[in-house]
Amino acid sequence: MAEQEALFEYLLRLGDNALILGHRLSEWCGHAPALEEDLALSNVALDLIGQTQLWLNLAGEVEGKGRDANNLAYLRDARDFRNVLLVEQPNGDFAVTMARQFYFDAWHYLLLRELMNSTDGRVAEIAAKGLKEVTYHLERSREWVVRLGDGTEESHERMQAALDDLWMFTGELFEADEVDQEMVRRGVGPDLGALREPWLGLMRATAEEATLTLPQPGWAQRGGKRGIHSEHLGYILADLQFLQRAYPNATW
Amino acid sequence: MTSILARPDPDRIKSWLEEVPDPEVPAVSVMDLGIVRDVQWDGDELVVAITPTYSGCPATSVIALDIETALRARGIERLRIERRLSPPWTTDWITEGGRRRLEAYGIAPPAENARTPSPFDRFLRSTPLVIACPRCRSENTFRVSEFGSTPCKAQYQCRDCLEPFDYFKCI
Repeated sequence: MAEQEALFEYLLRLGDNALILGHRLSEWCGHAPALEEDLALSNVALDLIGQTQLWLNLAGEVEGKGRDANNLAYLRDARDFRNVLLVEQPNGDFAVTMARQFYFDAWHYLLLRELMNSTDGRVAEIAAKGLKEVTYHLERSREWVVRLGDGTEESHERMQAALDDLWMFTGELFEADEVDQEMVRRGVGPDLGALREPWLGLMRATAEEATLTLPQPGWAQRGGKRGIHSEHLGYILADLQFLQRAYPNATW
Repeated sequence: MTSILARPDPDRIKSWLEEVPDPEVPAVSVMDLGIVRDVQWDGDELVVAITPTYSGCPATSVIALDIETALRARGIERLRIERRLSPPWTTDWITEGGRRRLEAYGIAPPAENARTPSPFDRFLRSTPLVIACPRCRSENTFRVSEFGSTPCKAQYQCRDCLEPFDYFKCI
């Protein structure tokens, strides 16, 4: 695979993960269980959308066809999105949203920490910026997993169910394909498989503190990185892209 | 050809920018927050480098516009604003004056140095930060939420005077 082509794919994955999770979180705006949580969810969404702009603008630059973050976000169809399946899963109840966030934040944190050492200075810059923000995301989602897990009987049950239901989407985070391997060869990105142990370490420690049971490793649902998505992504895009599809090139 | 008189000294320009308030926390200036990274002449064009506090901070474009407006009012005609991502903004860049003004405004300034250990270590040690109440100085406070009215702040409350307040997070 050509170097630029692989880098473009890689940047799309980084940008699309942030975009789709940011959009999912923004769906909570005005609906969260408490005002503080409404603000927090929107703030995390805002950080992720900010990171999306940085990643997708760079992707467009690397591709060299004149596309920018807006073109890439609004004018691609589901098959061309490269986010992992985890981030497109529906919000569910608050426990599902927080479990999804915790699984993702811990991985995102580890990934960005490695990307700070990327041989590509542009990638390292964005990672350094994002890592500061993601550190707070992780702190918050981890605390919610503990609080709900070690909370009431109902909150415990719901958090346990959320961890169980989303577990099959976590395997994809650590599976490297030829794009990832090419990035490792060029020193652009880390070996994803090597992130699994530290990630699992935090998962185990947190589950124990939260009196929850971490699901056993099992079959992993995969495909998002190659553009094979669950049905949920199409609905997200219908919402996200409506304005640009109905009124092409609209700006304000 | 612009004469040297039409090119004010960068230090003088920085002193003008001390009068440009942050749009979301107007008690402090864009200089106080360390958002302005550099002011330099490139020939007869003034280049002001700014850095976003958070990557999605919606205030960044307003800040650029406010800086431009302020400098044009001072007679700067040729002006370019550059967005600089690296090194990433840190609360360590908030000036002493800025910290005092934040506190007087009711926002607790960042308490810790930004160069904290990995959160993976931090979580497992779980040592809570001590944040003093900007109203009564009591350290008997607690965190209500990790995020406040803007991405750069968390919400706290004082157990002594009961004041709810924002804490400017350390990054």
